[in-house]
Amino acid sequence: MMAQLTALLTHPLGQMIAALAAIMAFLGVNGLVLLYTERKVAGFIQRRPGPYEVGPQGLLQPFADAGKLISKQLVAPMGADRLLFWLAPLVSLAPVVVCFLPIPFSPLLTGMEANLGLLLILAFSGLNTLALCLAGWGSNNKYSLLGAARAVAQSVAYEIPLLLAVLAVAFQAGSLDLSAIVAPQTKGLLSWNVFVQPLAFVIFFISAVAETNRAPFDLPEAESELTAGFHTEYSGMGFGIFFLAEYSYMVVVCAVATALFLGGWGGPVLPGPWWFLCKVFALVFALMWFRWTFPRVRFDQLLNVCWKWLIPLGLANLVATALAVKWMR
Amino acid sequence: MKRLIKTLKGLWSLIVGLKITGVELFKPWLTVHYPRQEVTNLSSFRGHIELMPAADDLLTPRCIMCWKCVEICPSRCISLRMHVKGEEPGQAGADPGLLLAPEVKSPYSVHLAPPPEKIERILDSYRLNYSLCSLCGLCVQACPVDAIRFSRNAYLVGTTRQSFDLDLLARLKSRAASAAVSARANP
Repeated sequence: MMAQLTALLTHPLGQMIAALAAIMAFLGVNGLVLLYTERKVAGFIQRRPGPYEVGPQGLLQPFADAGKLISKQLVAPMGADRLLFWLAPLVSLAPVVVCFLPIPFSPLLTGMEANLGLLLILAFSGLNTLALCLAGWGSNNKYSLLGAARAVAQSVAYEIPLLLAVLAVAFQAGSLDLSAIVAPQTKGLLSWNVFVQPLAFVIFFISAVAETNRAPFDLPEAESELTAGFHTEYSGMGFGIFFLAEYSYMVVVCAVATALFLGGWGGPVLPGPWWFLCKVFALVFALMWFRWTFPRVRFDQLLNVCWKWLIPLGLANLVATALAVKWMR
Repeated sequence: MKRLIKTLKGLWSLIVGLKITGVELFKPWLTVHYPRQEVTNLSSFRGHIELMPAADDLLTPRCIMCWKCVEICPSRCISLRMHVKGEEPGQAGADPGLLLAPEVKSPYSVHLAPPPEKIERILDSYRLNYSLCSLCGLCVQACPVDAIRFSRNAYLVGTTRQSFDLDLLARLKSRAASAAVSARANP
């Protein structure tokens, strides 16, 4: 029995299925934890207690929120394209699960060893834009449509600097396999890529904030202008799934940033996966910190930052990296 | 070059902003957890008006029924009823029907000469329609004997319009009763 189970889990397909199940469980728990953390961070930055009434220190608040979202009626607006409308949240959440597969939590704890893992993540995270576009179009609502249009313009623009920053690191490591990129960084703090490629890290992180539609780049939902942007018309779990997807993408980009720049699973004393999670959630905390510090940028400013600063800097950084790699060999 | 410096300054301002919110994150809360804690600075709170008791008797209002508060109130939200000792209650200054009569006619304002000094008057009711009151404080200023003041009743709530039609005389009496109870509890 035990031998059969081990054989099943060591088979690549069995391993992948187990990893997918584990990732889904992780995403659910992650959604609950980040929902609570975000509200607590918001509260503490504004010097108030945050959620406090449900459970000790408000710890049961995310369960109450989840229960509310699950039990709410699902309403599709009149004149909406019902198929696209209900497809959109699923298209938003489903690719995230795949995005987690090649992320190396430790040399052993990797869902799928893929030599093009980085490419897989970038390709599947791009699908989120499609989901926002479907949601905006299917809702038959001007605010949703405006939010979707903004989401597309923003994602298309910021995908370029993101890729340029990632490429610089990939050039340096000579691989698109995340484990192979992390491995040389585990020799100590100074071997982290963030010290070799600081500009690439800054560009990557700014683009990541924009790609996940987080404040100060949250123009697709911009609650003061577009009520809730692309998810204006969604109630109950339709909204809940978008919410879960947003938090999951936050973890994906932070995990990629950790693997590319912050030495992945490398660290003393604690085992690798704990170090990886610590770094990821430190970056997630930084994203929340940004959200409650910076006001939302205007749309022209958003695109100016990308086209006039990030892309030229990213290109220059890429060329410099290519020359350095060539020269060193 | 100028633009580069401007951009670098802008980036620095982002870090300054992060530092400010980062410091605030670790400071104690500023808000008060209402049912568990209450604010302590109610001394500056201006709630609805309330009657002041006479110096020697907590049950008797200091009011001399001069009608100045009723007349000066721009929202016409105060109405009071009195009778002269020895007469039937509710004769003089008959209730104009709370706030529904547009003109409050007090017996001493236009038509009649002021009553002789020695007549003893008894306050039957002193009502405030708080839903109309704008808390301007003119009644408090106009009162010649300081019989009205702002209460510190910050936790006034109600679910009907009628619950803001306050009987201030009854309030004065209940306050006197609770003061007597607490005086007996801690002599």
